[in-house]
Amino acid sequence: MFCGLTSIMWLHRKMQDAFFLIVGSRTCAHLMQSAAGVMIFAEPRFATAIIEERDLAGMADINEELNKTVSRLLERRPEIKLLFLVGSCPSEVIKLDLGRAAERLSMAYSPRVRILNYSGSGIETTFTQGEDACLTAMVPELPHTDAAELIVVGALADVVEDQFERIFEALGIGPVHFLPSRKPGHMPPVGPNTKFLLAQPWLRDTARTLEARGAMHLPALFPLGAEGTTSWLKVAADAFGVSAERFHAVTEMPRARAIRALARYHDTLAGKSLFCFPDSQLEIPLARFLSRELGMTLEEVGTPYLHSVHMADELALLPADVRISEGQDVDLQLDRCRDARPDITLCGLGLANPLEDEGLTTKWSIELVFTPIQGYEQCGDLAELFARPLIRRTRLAV
Amino acid sequence: MQLTVWTYEGPPHVGAMRIATAMEGLHYVLHAPQGDTYADLLFTMIERRAKRPPVTYTTFEARDLGSDTAEIFKRAAKDAYERFRPQAMIVGASCTAELIQDDPGGLTKALDLPIPVIPLELPSYSKKENWGASETFYRLVRGLAAEQPKRPPNRLSRPTCNVLGPTALGFRHRDDVREITGLLFQLGIDVNVVAPLGATPQDLTRLPAADFNVSLYPEIADVAARFLEKEFGQPYSKTIPIGVGATNDFIVEVCGLAGIEVPDLSAFASNMPWWSRSVDSNYLTGKRVFIFGDGTHALAAARVAADELAFTVVGLGCYNREFARPVREAATELGLEALITEDYLEVEAAIARLQPELILGTQMERHIAKRLGIPCAVISAPVHVQDFPARYAPQMGFEGANVLFDTWVHPLIMGLEEHLLGMFREDFEFNDSAGASHLGGHGAAEKVSDAVAASEQTGEGAIAVLHWAPEAENELKKIPFFVRGKAKRNTEAFARDKHLETITLETLYDAKASYGR
Repeated sequence: MFCGLTSIMWLHRKMQDAFFLIVGSRTCAHLMQSAAGVMIFAEPRFATAIIEERDLAGMADINEELNKTVSRLLERRPEIKLLFLVGSCPSEVIKLDLGRAAERLSMAYSPRVRILNYSGSGIETTFTQGEDACLTAMVPELPHTDAAELIVVGALADVVEDQFERIFEALGIGPVHFLPSRKPGHMPPVGPNTKFLLAQPWLRDTARTLEARGAMHLPALFPLGAEGTTSWLKVAADAFGVSAERFHAVTEMPRARAIRALARYHDTLAGKSLFCFPDSQLEIPLARFLSRELGMTLEEVGTPYLHSVHMADELALLPADVRISEGQDVDLQLDRCRDARPDITLCGLGLANPLEDEGLTTKWSIELVFTPIQGYEQCGDLAELFARPLIRRTRLAV
Repeated sequence: MQLTVWTYEGPPHVGAMRIATAMEGLHYVLHAPQGDTYADLLFTMIERRAKRPPVTYTTFEARDLGSDTAEIFKRAAKDAYERFRPQAMIVGASCTAELIQDDPGGLTKALDLPIPVIPLELPSYSKKENWGASETFYRLVRGLAAEQPKRPPNRLSRPTCNVLGPTALGFRHRDDVREITGLLFQLGIDVNVVAPLGATPQDLTRLPAADFNVSLYPEIADVAARFLEKEFGQPYSKTIPIGVGATNDFIVEVCGLAGIEVPDLSAFASNMPWWSRSVDSNYLTGKRVFIFGDGTHALAAARVAADELAFTVVGLGCYNREFARPVREAATELGLEALITEDYLEVEAAIARLQPELILGTQMERHIAKRLGIPCAVISAPVHVQDFPARYAPQMGFEGANVLFDTWVHPLIMGLEEHLLGMFREDFEFNDSAGASHLGGHGAAEKVSDAVAASEQTGEGAIAVLHWAPEAENELKKIPFFVRGKAKRNTEAFARDKHLETITLETLYDAKASYGR
């Protein structure tokens, strides 16, 4: 499992005027270039301020060093409007107060640059929790509103965001805001009449912080598969007083299209067994989708963290006897996986090839975070991600 | 504090993982948080290894801090021993655990495991990956071989040597080992142990039995080789057999160390000398090449480029300061100043300024090259998944020399094509912005001129702005893209030298006459 820093991989592309400065070690920098599997072409909007021996030994004032690093960075990248100081394992262990550093630097660079901080450290967060921590840090910065508007919370692929925006508009729910927003400088307003939908399952703290500002969470299935997407949209439609007829009229066509797209993969996937290693917190909604809409059987569903309230609706739809495991003990999970011999194993990059070598078919979980999979129009694509490794195995004759 | 986007080297515990993963029967217990497990994918994805690295991470969390992280370590070490039953273990800390000072060595000692346990001290805040690999290998060799008896005199059988340095995740280590082991065998020298790649801890105890050592990758093997020399009187080879000339020198050196006669070298044929001498290769003469990598590979590439392909080396550097000295010396001999840096932005700026026709570098330079539209071949770690080819493709020995010729020449425009592009610049189908026909490239032309413009914007600010007259600018566009950057740079330097403000057609051709090709 990756640490929370890894979510910078998509956040830095989503927020075009933001920059992520990790305050950490060479390991953090190395993780960032290794985790994505590719180096991103353009100069990325993230970097690592690597703590060195002289910073730790007190030969250099670490706060002074951080000031200098930030000033150098902002000089070179004048287009940055929002800078995140991102804490790491080493910065947490030495108790470097990035909150105070962010306040201090904010005063120095206000109003040109806003400086926030959060921790992506691997001793507190895993992988997608980094996005939760980042969005949580943004919530206090959101402007106030009394309007009854909807916020969709959690980074989505641009194409998915556009599809949802069109559906909400057709339903007459609007304006709809997205957090994080891809529009530079845009911060969705929030207040006592705000309602929000979670587009991703890993947003525990963001939801809590939004609620603290008076916003109301609309609990729903996550928008994976036709069933999940319909539930997710319906909850919003009900909250905004959309009539059942209108909801049906707007969603009927795309829902039917999604079901048609899924039918193509039904024969490949139905009856096949699935074992999920914990990785992104998408595991439970995915297992619900794969078992209910594609007829797969579930051997074990691992998740790095289980939020019983946000997952309540999802869990209710899983077979009663399914084994859910929270957290990671990789050797024991591997033992269980080898015993189960599932038809397909959802796992991280470190495990995929070794399991393939043992004759198991795998799907890398990171691809699910980097691919548009939410919403009606992506249902087929999501099923295909699981069907492809199985189809490949039957086609290969080497 | 150092601001970094991409790094050439990982932290030192990744170096230790490269040793552990290369070996069999060794297990590494690493005191580290969950997030550090990302390093597994370097081996399973980038190198496509079918086995998980033999590493157990303790995966302590924030809530464990200050209470029982030492206990977590002990449990992990004990479980790892029981589950994997290794012949030996190495134990240590990653950057985060280093800060909490739990002393993995002492904790494991208290467990009293029935196998050798070698503690590693790898300072994460001052050292890097290659150092970590070298230190780990040295500690293993010292810990496992030091107690062995001095080698018995070996005068009955064929001379033997160890091949030291190849690791997991190394650039072409798998193939280099095969090539060099085969070469040594042909010379009449038997290989006693190859390490760390494929070796067990037990194999390391047999190291002292060899007559001498071959240090194939000095970044990793030299410290251990020096220890073996001091402790067991085993000399070690210093020549790195990359390229035809260096391979010949290597043969002479190892035959000397083995006490055997140097055989007739004509028996060891490489195609490379003839490929380079054949007339088709004429157009390679004086191609301007920029070289950057680890010290050893950069040095070797400079020699091959200059002596065996008749390229002109216009830039030479390395990212590992430990090996900067010989790189500086080699650069001075070539009339250059070596670029010693870990900052890839500095490397990019140097490349944009020099406008080479070919870049030989790491995966970082490959990205720079793509961005600037300059042909590139990879010669050194760090490398990516496409640099672990399915086929046999060593860098070392005579087959390695063939591979170098092919992979360095392939990215360039072919000779005749270069001429045609030079003659008929306005053919609507076959013009330079179409890129090299065998590569299906597109749009390289614009990128080069953009890069020149970019390098000037960021370059020395004192330079007065030069104006290009329209007809001179048009003429410049008729120069094929792969030399246009250089022509522009030369012409502007010429104009500045002559204190001209406007560059006309005349200036362009005056400059051409003054510089030659």
